[in-house]
Amino acid sequence: MTVPLLKVDNLAVEFGPKANPIRVVDGVSFEIPPAGAVGIVGESGSGKSITSLSILRLISEPPGRIVQGRIEFNGVNLLDLPRSEMPDIRGRDIAMIFQEPMSSLNPVMTIGDQIGEAIKLHEDMPGEKRRERVIEMLRLVGIPDPAGRLDSYPHQFSGGMRQRVMIAMALVCNPKLLIADEPTTALDVTIQAQVLDLMHKLRRTLNTAVLLISHDLGVIADVCERVVVMYAGRVVEEADIRSIFRNPQHPYTRGLLQSIPKLDDDRDRLYQIPGSVPLAGSVKKGCPFYQRCSLRIDKCAQEMPPMFSFGPDQRAACWVTAGQADAKAKEVAL
Amino acid sequence: MTDSIIRVEDLGKTFRSGSSLSLGKPADEVRAVDGCSFSVNHGETLALVGESGCGKSTLGRLLLRLIDPTAGKIFFENTELTHLPAGRMRDMRRHLQMIFQDPYGSLSPRRTVAQIIAEPLDVFGIVRSRRERRDRVADLMNQVGLSPSFMDRHPRQFSGGQRQRIGIARAIAVDPSFIVADEPVSALDVSVQAQIINLMQDLQRQKNFSFLFIAHDLAVVRHIADRVAVMYLGRIVEIGPKKQIYGMPQHPYTQALLSAAPEPDPDRKARRIILEGDVPSPKRVPSGCSFHTRCPIRQDICSVERPPLREVATGQLAACHFANPFPIPVAKAVPVVPA
Repeated sequence: MTVPLLKVDNLAVEFGPKANPIRVVDGVSFEIPPAGAVGIVGESGSGKSITSLSILRLISEPPGRIVQGRIEFNGVNLLDLPRSEMPDIRGRDIAMIFQEPMSSLNPVMTIGDQIGEAIKLHEDMPGEKRRERVIEMLRLVGIPDPAGRLDSYPHQFSGGMRQRVMIAMALVCNPKLLIADEPTTALDVTIQAQVLDLMHKLRRTLNTAVLLISHDLGVIADVCERVVVMYAGRVVEEADIRSIFRNPQHPYTRGLLQSIPKLDDDRDRLYQIPGSVPLAGSVKKGCPFYQRCSLRIDKCAQEMPPMFSFGPDQRAACWVTAGQADAKAKEVAL
Repeated sequence: MTDSIIRVEDLGKTFRSGSSLSLGKPADEVRAVDGCSFSVNHGETLALVGESGCGKSTLGRLLLRLIDPTAGKIFFENTELTHLPAGRMRDMRRHLQMIFQDPYGSLSPRRTVAQIIAEPLDVFGIVRSRRERRDRVADLMNQVGLSPSFMDRHPRQFSGGQRQRIGIARAIAVDPSFIVADEPVSALDVSVQAQIINLMQDLQRQKNFSFLFIAHDLAVVRHIADRVAVMYLGRIVEIGPKKQIYGMPQHPYTQALLSAAPEPDPDRKARRIILEGDVPSPKRVPSGCSFHTRCPIRQDICSVERPPLREVATGQLAACHFANPFPIPVAKAVPVVPA
């Protein structure tokens, strides 16, 4: 078994006053192998973005704080590092891109300077070489006439081009891991196709591992090898991509997959999960999906199910489906 | 005589900007909608798809005259709406309603749910007493799956999906025969989206209104629509029955759009048609076929001559010089009488 590049272990994040905290991420564990691609899928309030921000310790404190768990990157627990060492990690080892490229770029700095700044922070490189590197990176992400665009400002780029610039900036120091939080959600579908295509190409050429956060199962299926399904701050299922789509074990995953219309289905009516997503931290006892679950039993209201193993590549936190799969499912501690 | 409930002919909307400040410079013109002709039939759902800036929302608003067109005509049944005076237009609005995308921004935060839903009832004098009004609101809330006991609450006390239900209740309050729904589910969580889609379909079956459903999610559109119109830079480039648009798209833009949507299925890694470049600015629409700058099959003619929207299969029209018409079945291939 390969040593994971990133190992998140039993992470919990709380917000609000210490006396009466709201736990928005609870007991989250997953791993990313070197050069692997893992997706976190979930709806609003599922804690997927908070989880990804925690990895780089970007949770603003207060009001938030990481209260438990480990985030091991290359065997080093990032939570043990002094805060002052985090800027060295960010950008050089782990980079991040966000949903809205306009608000993540500095509007009064040229594209060339912004990408160059990332290099300046982490590497000792003379100006001329830096410039070449930036041009090379812009070419790699498919910006036409890269040398000519160095002195352009973000507002002179379209949404898709800005996201390319963001990706160039994130990858210019060759990080081992790229965290992409809804990278294509603000883009039109034909532009999204370009960016997804670019991400595939970059993974092949640079060998960067990817953690992709998205609500869109289509995007996840396109990019990822493994998927973490989050609901109300918890991981409810974690498996290889094929098992998630072909043989989901958590009732929430099943419901989610059945409720999305597909390009090739002829159902008259969509399956619907009743109710709505609970507010973060509002479920204090039992399974967070209990209220909306069609398989629920009394035990679910009382006791949070642990992760059960359904074969070597799949884990899900459900008392009922684990009971049905009986012999195969066994409780696991990741 | 005609099946259509809404019909538009050569509809256009040009926005002008910058004229007062840019002295000497000609005003910027944005042709948001240009030369659109189509109809929506009774009880039918026509979906309007396209990317941001293609003019689909503008077109939806034009149909209800929430904004006025700068060219063309709009008909509702047999009445021409285009130049109807304000008073009569207001009467017509009883039949024409709208559901908005943003369930947060489209409901007044200071009003109760009852006030929001009852507003159209008051405007059109449909209810006579307070009692009748409350009964009607309760009935509408039940129809959209909200408990009438929440009648006196404010929108902020509801989730996104519930707010969209309030917006739907308001739209159906006056029993309209035509509803424009502008991206009604795109702001909602995936698990809530299915609830709202099912609700809209159920209501449509019961009340038999017609829908113009504006959306960018092609899988949602395939589920809900009867016919689909694809827009690019203000023009309809292809329109036809859903099965044909999805099964045999004729316009290269439609083909690219359909292939670009990532499928929630790992075994179907798409053979995507990746279009080059971005959607051009509607201020500078390319000459000839406006899609030619990104088209994978463009020829010389495309930058010179604009292809008309022409029939390429029964009920299916596409605006491409190279759209492949299906061979006409022999029985139908009667000699055409020259016009």
